[in-house]
Amino acid sequence: MRRRHNHPDVVPNHFHRQHTHTQTPSCPVSPLISSRFYTTTMPAPDKEIDLTERIEAFLSDLKRGGSGTGPLRGSAEMARETTALLRRIAAQARWSNAGDLMEIIRTEGRRMTAAQPSETTVGNMIRRVLKIIREEYARSRGSSEETDQQESLHKLLTSGGLSEENFRQHFAALKANVIEAINELLTELEGTTDNIKMQALEHIHSNEVIMTIGRSRTVEAFLKDAARKRKFHVIVAECAPFCQGHKMATSLSEAGIETTVITDAAIFAVMSRVNKVIIGTQTVLANGGLRAVNGTHTLALAAKHHSTPLIVCAPMFKLSPQFPNEEDTFHKFVSPHEVLPFTEGEILSKVNVHCPVFDYVPPELITLFISNIGGHAPSYIYRLMSELYHPEDHEL
Amino acid sequence: KEEKQRLRKEKKQQKKNKEKNDEKTSHEGEKKKNKKKKEEQPAVPAPAPPPPAAAAVPVPASEAPAPADKPAKSKADLKAERRARQEAERASKGKKGDVGQPAPTGKLKAPPSELQPVVKRLPEHVQVDNPEVVKKLAKKLERQQIPLRSDYGYKVSLFSHLHQYSRKAPLTQQLGIPSTVIHPAIVRLGLQYSQGIVAGSNARSVALLHAFQQVIRDYTTPPNEELSRDLVNKLKPYISFLNQCRPLSASMGNAIKYIKKEISNIPSQCKEEEAKIKLLNCIERYINEKIVLAAKAIAKYSIEKISDGDVILFPPNCSFNAFEKKRKFRVIVVDSRPRLEGREALRRLVQKGISCTYVLISAVSYILPEVSKVFLGAHALLANGYVMSRVGTSQIALVAKAFNVPVLVCCETYKFCERVQTDSFVSNELDDPDDLIVTRKGKTQLEHWQKVPSLGLLNLVYDVTPPDFVDLVITDLGMIPCTSVPVVLRVKNVDQ
Repeated sequence: MRRRHNHPDVVPNHFHRQHTHTQTPSCPVSPLISSRFYTTTMPAPDKEIDLTERIEAFLSDLKRGGSGTGPLRGSAEMARETTALLRRIAAQARWSNAGDLMEIIRTEGRRMTAAQPSETTVGNMIRRVLKIIREEYARSRGSSEETDQQESLHKLLTSGGLSEENFRQHFAALKANVIEAINELLTELEGTTDNIKMQALEHIHSNEVIMTIGRSRTVEAFLKDAARKRKFHVIVAECAPFCQGHKMATSLSEAGIETTVITDAAIFAVMSRVNKVIIGTQTVLANGGLRAVNGTHTLALAAKHHSTPLIVCAPMFKLSPQFPNEEDTFHKFVSPHEVLPFTEGEILSKVNVHCPVFDYVPPELITLFISNIGGHAPSYIYRLMSELYHPEDHEL
Repeated sequence: KEEKQRLRKEKKQQKKNKEKNDEKTSHEGEKKKNKKKKEEQPAVPAPAPPPPAAAAVPVPASEAPAPADKPAKSKADLKAERRARQEAERASKGKKGDVGQPAPTGKLKAPPSELQPVVKRLPEHVQVDNPEVVKKLAKKLERQQIPLRSDYGYKVSLFSHLHQYSRKAPLTQQLGIPSTVIHPAIVRLGLQYSQGIVAGSNARSVALLHAFQQVIRDYTTPPNEELSRDLVNKLKPYISFLNQCRPLSASMGNAIKYIKKEISNIPSQCKEEEAKIKLLNCIERYINEKIVLAAKAIAKYSIEKISDGDVILFPPNCSFNAFEKKRKFRVIVVDSRPRLEGREALRRLVQKGISCTYVLISAVSYILPEVSKVFLGAHALLANGYVMSRVGTSQIALVAKAFNVPVLVCCETYKFCERVQTDSFVSNELDDPDDLIVTRKGKTQLEHWQKVPSLGLLNLVYDVTPPDFVDLVITDLGMIPCTSVPVVLRVKNVDQ
């Protein structure tokens, strides 16, 4: 993290250096930088440069952190940081009306998602904040939220220009309201794991055998909370090649839970003795399917074959309005070195090696989603999505 | 005194069996001898018979020799018979009063009778949680002067009925040098098995047969002994030793059964040299017919099933690689930890010039949409149509079924066995749990798993695939559905 003091003499040089450093052809110029030339007072550029720095630092973190060896930070942290950054933008950037703010956030958001497309939590948080801004604006205007949201056919036909124009009105209290709402969002984010944990005892009874795959902090907390009162057995599939399951197993066994580590190849073999499968996921897609760590689809198929319920513990910030229909952009690959190391010699050049990181799990294989607002069936996900995000924000 | 009684009984039995000069009976006789020993032993320490499945249960004998055997019993035999019958009646439904006792350790099974109810005693290696069985085995091994291998590490409770050995503690460490009981070729073979140097069903069987050939070459009949009986007795401790090194596979069990049958068929007037040559030729022929030529036949049938432009998936235990270049196809090799046997197969395929792709088993659902056929190898085919194979095979078959990709299993007929099994728990092999430990970026998560009391590592070797996942089985007899396995077994037994 580069942190420079806001020394007046250093500012111009530093700014130019940073400008050339991080400017990539694909990244559009941040509106904050271009707006610098319109400032006249000294403190404002400091704040803006500080903000710019933070954004650039965040972006480079995103780019570096996605090497596939497991997230350097969990999704929850990522969500919190994104939201905190967005709050800072709302607080420190220069905007006069809601439309400006939304434009700024949208542009920054596009850069962030472009930096690491597989980290969907970032995009989700941006869309949440955009929805918050819309709501606050609507509230300030005094119109009820219901009438605005319902886009009836009649309204589509009669009102030609849409709400785009509406966001240009200036409200003095809007900034404070938006920041307060984002604070609420942050509080909600902080409490997600606890909310999910509290539901553990409803789903796990004694002497159960539970299977999980890889490492998910949510599932870990879930199981540890249930272990305080109930005794059960956990089987962890290690999830090659990164073997995140090992860390999960050590952590669970330290909490006193009977844990067994199995290889990925043994998933179907032991599934007949498993009572429940509880997994975490990287993203919940708009159709109720999952984008989870590789090997999860096999696990889901095995569970379906044995009619074992598959429970997904996913907080609401993982819900993404994407659909899984783009084959090329859905998957993420990492270095095949993990699968076939360079020590294998001359056959490397003659062989194709694949190392996908994620798997798509269709919604038919999932029994239940447990999130911080309770449990839902996969068929309900579309409704939750319409509550969290505005349809116009689905494409940033 | 018990020993003397036993030996007397044995001799009497052998004489009677020789008079019959019937293949089947001598085979049964051998079995009865073995079981007699086992029967006496529990009678001495524990008057009550060991409870589970232990009720001496009649070996199903085919109709012809069974009634013939009955009159040829001595008084002691009859007593044992009566005792056995009482136990049998106590344990389960009444059976025909054949005194034949259940199979010894290892997978030697008598041919199934169609009409008599078949209840077999469980092999020792799936009764590790029963202390009496373990004691019995220990006594037997002591008699044969073979060290007992001790289990290693914390065993997952679901598998407490199986052995779990460590590769770092091979059995040979406990043997003296030179070992008088065990032939050095067998010791070497046992070591190769336990260290995993010789692995794979075919390789192990072939190595076993070669080692037995060596044993036969070095064998000399001691005076006053028959070659047919003595050689079989000599082989028993070897088989126990190999079983301790690594549990016998179904193919090995069939091969051993064949050899024992051949040995006991040697007529007594045959000279030693002749007999030895005959046996060596028998073994050579078995290897050739059942393994080598069978593989070629399977390859021929498989080529018919592969069309141009196919993409084939197979996990590494598919042992045949006699691909001719008549067709253009692409191969995807699926590998799994911890054995990573796929790399070897990959090397061989690349040498043959076939374009290959390599993935781990967790990526199977990613790669399957581009696959047109899946070929699987089998370790054994069970009599209820289940395919016993390397762990992970059932998973691949499951995912292939979900994507509607045909699954073909390649298996030689000598691997068919009469066991039935519905899940992968009741009879399996547990490999060294330390294999699961991996060091990534200098950090080993599971390094001290032994110290953590609630942590267990499970390294399964086999799993069973249900027959509804398998579309076709390619054998040296032709292409059959999975459910025809008992038919093939029956035909084979009738032949024999």
